[in-house]
Amino acid sequence: MPKKITIEPVTRVEGHGKVTIHLDDNLHVVQSRLHIVEFRGFERFIQGRPYWEAPVLVQRLCGICPVSHHLAAAKAIDMLVGAGNGDGLTATGEKMRRLMHYGQIFQSHSLHFFHLVSPDLLFGIDADPSVRNIIGVAMENKDLAVQGVMMRKFGQEIIEATAGKKIHGTGAIPGGINKNLSIAERDRFLDGKAFPNVDQMIEWSLGALDFFKDYHKKNKDLIDNFAAFPSSHLSLVRKDGALDLYHGVLRAVDAEGKVILHDVDYRDYLDYIGEEVRSWTYMKFPYLKKFGKKNGWYRVGPLARMNTVDFIPSPLAQKEFERFREYTHGKPNNMSMHMHWARLIEILHAAEMMKELLHDPDLQGDDLVVTGTKQLEGIGLLEAPRGTLFHHYRINEQDQITMANLIVSTTNNNEPMNRAVAEVAKEYLTGQEKITEGMLNAVEVAIRAYDPCLSCATHALGKMPLEITLLDGNDQIIDKKRN
Amino acid sequence: MKEFVTITIDDQEIKARPGEYIVDAARRNGIYIPTLCNMSGVKPAGSCRICTVNVNGRLMTSCTTPVAEGMEIETISQEIADFRKTVVELLLIEGNHFCPSCEKSGNCELQALGYRFEVMVPRFPYQFPKRDIDASNPKLIKDHNRCVLCKRCIRTILDEEGHHIFAFRYRGHQLQITIDPEYGMNMTDELAQKAAKNCPVGALLYRGKHGFEIPIGKRKYDKEPIGSDIEKLKKVKIS
Repeated sequence: MPKKITIEPVTRVEGHGKVTIHLDDNLHVVQSRLHIVEFRGFERFIQGRPYWEAPVLVQRLCGICPVSHHLAAAKAIDMLVGAGNGDGLTATGEKMRRLMHYGQIFQSHSLHFFHLVSPDLLFGIDADPSVRNIIGVAMENKDLAVQGVMMRKFGQEIIEATAGKKIHGTGAIPGGINKNLSIAERDRFLDGKAFPNVDQMIEWSLGALDFFKDYHKKNKDLIDNFAAFPSSHLSLVRKDGALDLYHGVLRAVDAEGKVILHDVDYRDYLDYIGEEVRSWTYMKFPYLKKFGKKNGWYRVGPLARMNTVDFIPSPLAQKEFERFREYTHGKPNNMSMHMHWARLIEILHAAEMMKELLHDPDLQGDDLVVTGTKQLEGIGLLEAPRGTLFHHYRINEQDQITMANLIVSTTNNNEPMNRAVAEVAKEYLTGQEKITEGMLNAVEVAIRAYDPCLSCATHALGKMPLEITLLDGNDQIIDKKRN
Repeated sequence: MKEFVTITIDDQEIKARPGEYIVDAARRNGIYIPTLCNMSGVKPAGSCRICTVNVNGRLMTSCTTPVAEGMEIETISQEIADFRKTVVELLLIEGNHFCPSCEKSGNCELQALGYRFEVMVPRFPYQFPKRDIDASNPKLIKDHNRCVLCKRCIRTILDEEGHHIFAFRYRGHQLQITIDPEYGMNMTDELAQKAAKNCPVGALLYRGKHGFEIPIGKRKYDKEPIGSDIEKLKKVKIS
C-alpha cells in the first residue's frame, strides 16, 4: 500500500489554504477538505502579558480587519476593569468605537466586493486569470474600480480618525477610547474636499447594490444555485432583534428559520458553543452544543446576519433587507452567493450609520473612559465583517493574562466552507481526470464567497495561494495545481 | 580655575564649563549627540555607548568624558554614524522589542533612535532571549524582555530616605534589574510613575496609567524625531 507523506505546516506562511479532493476508482468525489495550514499561537503567547495590551496586541492577527479584534478585545477588557459588559461606556466612548467599527465594516466589505469578487462577476469564473483581477476591472469598468478604491479609503480614513492609524491603531483602551473626534476631523468626512463625502458613499453603496442585482437577474442560476446548501445561521442581534454589529445577544436560526438559540447573553457562550479539533487542519470546528458536533455547525457573516435579524435600523438598508427577505419568502437564505448581496446591504447600512454618527455631537465629548471594580474574567463579542468574533480572557491578581480563547469569524465558517468546497467539487470535478483553471477558480469562488480571513490568501491579486491536489482512491496523486 | 574652556565640536568653537561633560556642552549649544542611558543632572553610567564621539582621534563616550581645553571633537562622521546605528541594532536584537504591542511605542527612546538612525532591517540575528515579566510589585510591572540595562531606574529612583529602590542582580547575559522587596513595596505612586517615565523603553510599566491612553499623533516622537528639541536651540544640522 503506497504511503503519502505530507509536511505541514509550511512555516511562516500567511493566509495559505490547501484543498484536497479524494476521488474513487470511478472518479467520484468521496472526500474534500479545506486545510488551513498556518499556526498563529496568539492565545498562547499573550499569556503573561498585562491585560491592557490585549486590544493592541491581538489585532495583529490580521491586517484586513484588525479593528474587529481591537474592539472585541477591548470589550472583553472593559469587563475586566469593571466598565460594564459591552454597554457601560460613556456616550463618546461607545460611539467613537462604533464609528471605528462601521468604518472597518465599510472598508473590509468594499475591499472584498470590489477588489476580490467583482473580477469573477465581470469576467466570469473561467475567464483568463490575467484579466480576472482588479487591474482587469479597472480597464473594463473604471468607475467601479475607482469607487471601490475610494470607498475603501473612506473607511480607512474613518479608522484613522478614531483609532489613530489606518491599520493597527490604539483608539480603544480599557473602559473607553483615547480620543474624541474633533470638528475639523469630522468635517473632512462631510465636506468632500479631501475625498468624496459620506453622502457619496451612500450613493455608491446603492450603486453597487444595483450592479449586483443586475448581475443576479442575468445570472440567476449561478447566484442562486452555486454552492447552495441548507445550514443554521448565527450572529449577535440587538436586544430588539435589530442588526447591530457592535453589541447584542446571541441568536441562531436553523435552515427553516426556527430560532434555535434564543437571544442568549454572549458571556455564557461556553454553555452553547463547543469547538472540535480535527487532525488535518489548524482551524477548529465550532458547533452548537445542543445539536452535537455532527449537526451543530452553523454559518456566520453577512448572510447569517440577514437570516437572524428582524430588521435593520437604517432606512435605505432596511428597504433592501426587505427585498432580500422577500426573495426567499421570509425563510432563511441558504445560497452562498447571496453572501455578496448581504454584504452589499451591510455596506449600505455601515455608510448610513457613519453618517448618523458623524452628525452626533456626542463624538466631540470629553468624557472618554469609565472605570469600575476590577474583575478577573472578560468576554467580548462583536460582529466582524466576516461574522461573529469571540474574545475571552482571564487574568490573575497581578494583571497578567492567564488564559485567552479566540473564536475568529472565519473559524465559525470552517464547516460551511468545507461544505461549499464539497458542493462545487462534486459538480465540477466528478469524472474529470484533468483539472482546468476554471475548475480551480470555481472552488475558489465558493470559498471566496465567505471572504475567509486566510488573510492575505484571498487578498492576492485575482488568485489565492491555493493548492488543489486530486487523489484517486488509493491516495495517489492524479493531478496537482497551484495557483 | 578658569571660567570656561574652549573646545571644538564639528569645527565649531564652543565655550564649555570646566568639568562638564561633552554631551552637556554640546546640548547647550544646540548640538545633538544621541543618548539613551544618559539623563541630564544624573551621574552618567556610560553603559549604552550611543553617545560615542571622536575626541582627539579616539572614540569616547561623551556622557562620561569631561571637557578639556583645546579638545577637538567630532560628532558626525560615517564611522560614528555606523557605530551608533550598530549599537541601536544590537540593543534591538538582544532583547524582545515588539514595538507593535508596546505601550511605550511613540514615547520610546530606543524606538526613536531606531527611526533616527534608519534601522530598516535587522542586520544581526534576533536572539529571542527567554525572559520573564515580573508583576509582583503592586505599582509597577517589570518586563525584562525590553530592559536595556541603562541603570536609569537604579540611579534616579530613591525613596524619601535615600534608599535605592532598584538594583542589578545576576551577572553577564543574565544581568537584570530588580526591585527591593521592602522599599519597593512601599513605593509611592509618584515614585512609581517617575520610574516608568524615566525608563527609556517599556521595561517599567505603571499599573495605574497606561501608555495607550495617549492617542497616536500626540505621543512624544510622533511629530518630531528624537533630538529635535536640542537642535532647535540653534539651527545646526546634525545628521
